Amino acid sequence: MTIFNFPKIEHVRRAVPPFRSARNNSESAVDVSHNVILYVESLSVSFDGFKALDDLNLYINNGELRCLIGANGAGKTTLMDVITGKTHPDRGHIYFGQTIDLLGKTETEIAQLGIGRKFQKPTVFENQTVFSNLELAMRGDKGILHALFSKLNSTDLDWIKEVTEIIGLDSKENLLAGALSHGQKQWLEIGMLLIADPRLMLIDEPVAGMTASETERTAELLISLAGDRTVVVVEHDMDFVRSIARTVTVLHQGSVIAEGSMSDIQNNPAVVEVYLGEEQ
Amino acid sequence: MIQYYRDEVRTDYLHKNGRVFLIVLFGVVIYASFCNLFIPDNSIFYVSTYTITLLGKYLCFALLALSVDVVWGYCGILSLGHGAFFALGGYTMGMYLMRQIGERGVYGHPVLPDFMVFLNWKELPWFWYGFDSFGFAMLMTLVVPSALAFVFGWLAFRSRVTGVYLSIITQALTYALMLAFFRNEMGFGGNNGLTDFKDILGFDLQSDRTRVALFCLSAIALTLAYLLSQLILQSRYGRVVVAIRDVEPRTRSIGFKTENYKVSLFVYSAALAAIAGALYVPQVGIINPGEFSPLNSIEIVVWVSVGGRATLYGAVVGAILVNYAKTKFTAEFPDEWLYALGLLFVGTTIFLPKGLMGFFDAKQWRNQIRG
Repeated sequence: MTIFNFPKIEHVRRAVPPFRSARNNSESAVDVSHNVILYVESLSVSFDGFKALDDLNLYINNGELRCLIGANGAGKTTLMDVITGKTHPDRGHIYFGQTIDLLGKTETEIAQLGIGRKFQKPTVFENQTVFSNLELAMRGDKGILHALFSKLNSTDLDWIKEVTEIIGLDSKENLLAGALSHGQKQWLEIGMLLIADPRLMLIDEPVAGMTASETERTAELLISLAGDRTVVVVEHDMDFVRSIARTVTVLHQGSVIAEGSMSDIQNNPAVVEVYLGEEQ
Repeated sequence: MIQYYRDEVRTDYLHKNGRVFLIVLFGVVIYASFCNLFIPDNSIFYVSTYTITLLGKYLCFALLALSVDVVWGYCGILSLGHGAFFALGGYTMGMYLMRQIGERGVYGHPVLPDFMVFLNWKELPWFWYGFDSFGFAMLMTLVVPSALAFVFGWLAFRSRVTGVYLSIITQALTYALMLAFFRNEMGFGGNNGLTDFKDILGFDLQSDRTRVALFCLSAIALTLAYLLSQLILQSRYGRVVVAIRDVEPRTRSIGFKTENYKVSLFVYSAALAAIAGALYVPQVGIINPGEFSPLNSIEIVVWVSVGGRATLYGAVVGAILVNYAKTKFTAEFPDEWLYALGLLFVGTTIFLPKGLMGFFDAKQWRNQIRG
């Protein structure tokens, strides 16, 4: 097997304009006039009495790169599940922009509004080629008739090509996704997220299973994506978080206990206590 | 590695296998039809009308297997109730054929079929109206099973019923229909079903020419269904369907309303099964509630798994081979067939998990690498 091709970050910047022009109306309808793209207010979720999320409040600004950290069971993944419509909360509100209430919408509707997600465990369509995986994830009409009769036009093909270059899989587009290494599957998922061109990207543990240099590349990619898009990253790897984060939110037992820059967080007594316990 | 790289080249030899299958099918159909119609029956080349009818029956089963492969092989929906759509298609054709009997029935009633006279019914029930017209009956062949599949699929897939639970309710569906059709009050001939057909579109059902025509029509229907299914499954729609089979939640999360895809594919498949049923009934000359029996639906699944899932032609080959074996086997040991079928199913599951066609595909691939 050849050594993993590193993604070429310079391609990302080139790829941005066509991405934006391809956005459809439903997405431009997101009202970010107060510069906040996601409001999460007094959100509670419990599973059989266990409070996974407890009165959680979180505001994500438009275009920012936010990191969510917290110990296992702090509610990070549950929060993503609720935002994407996979889990229904007991109480609370989630607004996308000023006007769109996400609660009560299905996963499909939320995806079509422009909220994309990369799962913790890479989930790609293993029996289909890298190319098909990207084709399926591509932003556009997801209806039956469109799927039956549409052909990829040259813009779409260029777009897919561009993304395969970004994710370093341009020589492997005809390979079945099941044949990729773990790291490559992670990249393919990131590619599927890119090609869906979401306004808000929720990325769960992007660097799990990646080598140090792959991790570094991922950091660069995420930084370059923020600004046009809003990126929320859940990660355990503190070095990685330090390398990308502007603002970090710390979750503990289903609520936010601290928020601020990495150095603020590191000096925050509550965070120190949670992370280091009795050592204080 | 072999299996991973396979699909890269898969499309070209898949087409090749499909073409071979179509050529063989047409070769056999033309040969058998010619030998039946134009060769005197004392020649060794003569193909009897019995054989023609038997082959026609196999082709109907092949179409039925194809319809199951479309939903099971490609979308992972294991329907154990496809016999219901086949039987409904059969009943709509049976109703047309019943109305064609006219005054030639045992009781000689100008309008009512024999069983209604027997039950002392005075007039035709409303749901029999229109079935004297061939066009209307054929329309119903498509509409009735599709509508049932739509309602059933819509309820099941929207509620996200999948896997074993779905298989069980499809069994329940066909069983419930069987019980309903057994009742005389349903107005479909009860226990005895519909039989004693005389002619179709004015052609005598007993004549060799009509038999051969029905046989050829079955082959044409099978070919068209095969080509159409291939077209559908090779489009992006087909890739979405396979994605749903493999990881449905992920497919949903990239924005596809998976239930719409599943319902539409299920309806398409039910329509194919119904067409198979409508072609089957004039050839065998009877349709009764036994066709709804849950066992029949399970047999279809065995045909598909023997032939090999998700290839389309695999299902066809499986249906023809298993039914040929059934014809031979039941002639010798009528009671042991079910055991043989069970063994066959267990055997293919263990030794040929991808079915006969999967086995040959792998072989072909290995040769391709060596060559």
